[in-house]
Amino acid sequence: MRALMFGWEFPPQMSGGLGTVCKALTSHLSGQGIDILFVMPCVNGNRPVSPHFRLIGANEIALSNSVVHLYERLSPETLKLLRIDSLLQPYDTLESYSLHVRTLARRIQEYQAAQQGRGERLALHGGYGRDLLEEVRRYAIIGSVLGLQETFDIIHAHDWITFPAAIEAKRVSGRPMICHVHATEFDRTGEHPNQEIYDIERYGLEQADRIIAVSHRTREMLIARYGLPPDKIAVIHNAVSKEKQLERDQIKKGFSEQLVLFLGRVTLQKGPDYFVEAARLVLQALPHVRFVMAGTGDMLPRLIERVAAYRLQKAFHFTGFLQGREVEQIYAMSDLYVMPSVSEPFGVTPFEAMLYHVPTIVSKQSGIAEVLQSAIKVDFWDIQMLAAKIIQVLSDSTFSRELVRRGAAELEQVSWDSAAGHCRRLYEELCRP
Amino acid sequence: MIAVCCYFQVHQPFRLRKDYRFFDIGLHHQYDDDATNRAIIQKVAAKCYLPANAIMRELIDRHEGAFRISYSLSGVALEQFARYAPEVLESFQALVATGCVELLGETYYHSLAFLFSPQEFRAQVAAHREKVRECFSVDPCDTFRNTELIYNNALAAAIEQLGYRVILTEGADHILGWRNPNFVYQPAPSYRLRLLLKNYKLSDDVAFRFSNRDWDEFPLNAEKYARWITATAGNGEVINLFMDYETFGEHQWADTGIFEFLRHMPGEILKHPDFVFRTPREVAMYYPPVAKIDIPYTISWADIERDTTAWLGNPMQDSAAEYLYSLERAVHDSHDVALIHDWRKLQTSDHYYYMCTKWFSDGDVHKYFNPYDTPHQAYVTYTNVLNDIRERLRQRHIACG
Repeated sequence: MRALMFGWEFPPQMSGGLGTVCKALTSHLSGQGIDILFVMPCVNGNRPVSPHFRLIGANEIALSNSVVHLYERLSPETLKLLRIDSLLQPYDTLESYSLHVRTLARRIQEYQAAQQGRGERLALHGGYGRDLLEEVRRYAIIGSVLGLQETFDIIHAHDWITFPAAIEAKRVSGRPMICHVHATEFDRTGEHPNQEIYDIERYGLEQADRIIAVSHRTREMLIARYGLPPDKIAVIHNAVSKEKQLERDQIKKGFSEQLVLFLGRVTLQKGPDYFVEAARLVLQALPHVRFVMAGTGDMLPRLIERVAAYRLQKAFHFTGFLQGREVEQIYAMSDLYVMPSVSEPFGVTPFEAMLYHVPTIVSKQSGIAEVLQSAIKVDFWDIQMLAAKIIQVLSDSTFSRELVRRGAAELEQVSWDSAAGHCRRLYEELCRP
Repeated sequence: MIAVCCYFQVHQPFRLRKDYRFFDIGLHHQYDDDATNRAIIQKVAAKCYLPANAIMRELIDRHEGAFRISYSLSGVALEQFARYAPEVLESFQALVATGCVELLGETYYHSLAFLFSPQEFRAQVAAHREKVRECFSVDPCDTFRNTELIYNNALAAAIEQLGYRVILTEGADHILGWRNPNFVYQPAPSYRLRLLLKNYKLSDDVAFRFSNRDWDEFPLNAEKYARWITATAGNGEVINLFMDYETFGEHQWADTGIFEFLRHMPGEILKHPDFVFRTPREVAMYYPPVAKIDIPYTISWADIERDTTAWLGNPMQDSAAEYLYSLERAVHDSHDVALIHDWRKLQTSDHYYYMCTKWFSDGDVHKYFNPYDTPHQAYVTYTNVLNDIRERLRQRHIACG
């Protein structure tokens, strides 16, 4: 069985939540004998090498060259590199996107100057998209190229930005298509969807043969907001990769206070402002606590100013974006993890915190709350309750140890292998003649 | 005789390591970005301090005592010269030795201490005085200028009490009203102290506009400038030209012709028989004050607002300053010279300038001097360092709130 998979993140580059999920899912699927061809807008740096997995990327080489490469049949074990010039980036803001556009515009000019007289330009290289949606359409063309060139049994697309490519691949190949929804436009924008993105998302979901939602919460949203038939949507909860290099006792902490952690994009969807508000309330009652906000995002400057205005500078810290070892370090330093997301389709970070024996509080508005028994659950907006629960965990060590113990037991039951198994059965079901 | 009174500010902050992070709090106590500080001191030494000092020396020699100037050198700048560019310190020493240069008193750390803690302020003034004595064997006991010309009545009162004879500040329009800055004034609460007000139009013609091609008067040469200065004859007794010394070669690069301008300007002014150069101390001696000036609200020479909003006023700046000074008692209780020095270096006004969020009229100037990408980054780094200082105190069981 071969799957043609469209994504936009894959660690080590762009290792946001989606990338992590894609990596874990594909590695377990290929472990179960599924061959995977994973396409993303661009690949920089190392590619994973494994017998059942290929990563096709899209940027350094001009498309004209890569099309030539496509015809040169390489041995199946060799990676093929296919580059699509693309502006695709998750979580772009208006500002950062227009910055990309300006940088690219300069590169196009350089590129066109270099191409003059070479006579090898393909229509696809006629120019670069002026906006994100045009880029999505350009990416879709690659879907049809791959749909013709490659042999596969099923198409699997991760989130709206890859749906048009998947639709194209389905159109030219006639293979069944699965849309995997990690987040909807409503999650990302907090009830202020971009109509065009919603339209693409909805069209893709309508064209899909099956849909995977990462939680019942997301499934309900797809039914209610996208009018999709319930029986088309399967729920496969995410799991967590249990690799770790650090243990709590290996960490040196420069202070004695207990630490409460927020880790994630500092954007509306993640509810960082509720974390600040709760911290303020907690610090009025328990002065010997520190709060850390790890991550970056468009709300960060505002929240730094708010923390300053509340005069929490002694006890509230910002680390900026963390990766790799630092993420492990901050988890291992923490005494409590809080995920106050306003709208979280799944939200895997509480699992990660639990790996480091950190008790967790999650918002009821998160998909993980459906599966997590050992976490405290609050409404994201209920800062009084959130503060009360933080105080309870920090001041009652028996309670906190019990949460950790139950968390560890629960984590035993969570595995990517079973999530991948579920996914594989779905493939088989769809490919059955 | 009409006096031209030049004062040049020489200051360089100890810049913090931008990579001082949350993870370092309580564990690592090295805050200064030594590499950057060294690079900047050496760059500015080569572009400004050394060539400008050479010209000043040349002018003093050529005019045989008729060209007289004053400097205020912050303690943190002197410390960095000694460490990274001793030849700069030597060239200032040679200038001072001519007898034509007055050194002014200020706070060692170029701080905002007066606005927060009178005793800390006095301690830093004393530390600066000691440092200047040690470096130059002269006592800067006559003239005082506070950080960035920050000034109000209360400062004048405190400075008079310390025995100074003259104090400098900005000739801001909103305090002068119909009056002009070209006279010696007296602070409202004072009986002895003199007040010299910066002529910001003539000062900024050099400091800010010299190389501005959109300016109608571009290009400015020594002759034209001397004409403007001498045109004040009959309507003033002293023209106060106050500016950053880095104007010469660093803010206005050598290729703008700023050094040629400097080389010829004093000669052009001295061609006029009624004009002389005098230092602030001499001006205070020769001219009686014409009136008292009441400045109850704090002013400064910064930005068009001429107030303290470049350093204080947004929540980040205010919370940082409050936090800093809330540790004062505990820091002194430590009796640890290194820790006290670290804490005081954080008082340097530049750290607060980096946190400024008013990017309107003077945004370009702010950005030029800001090693951080955003004011928020500056605040986060600064509070990380302050939190480490607090941890150091707590590790010694010193109560610090």
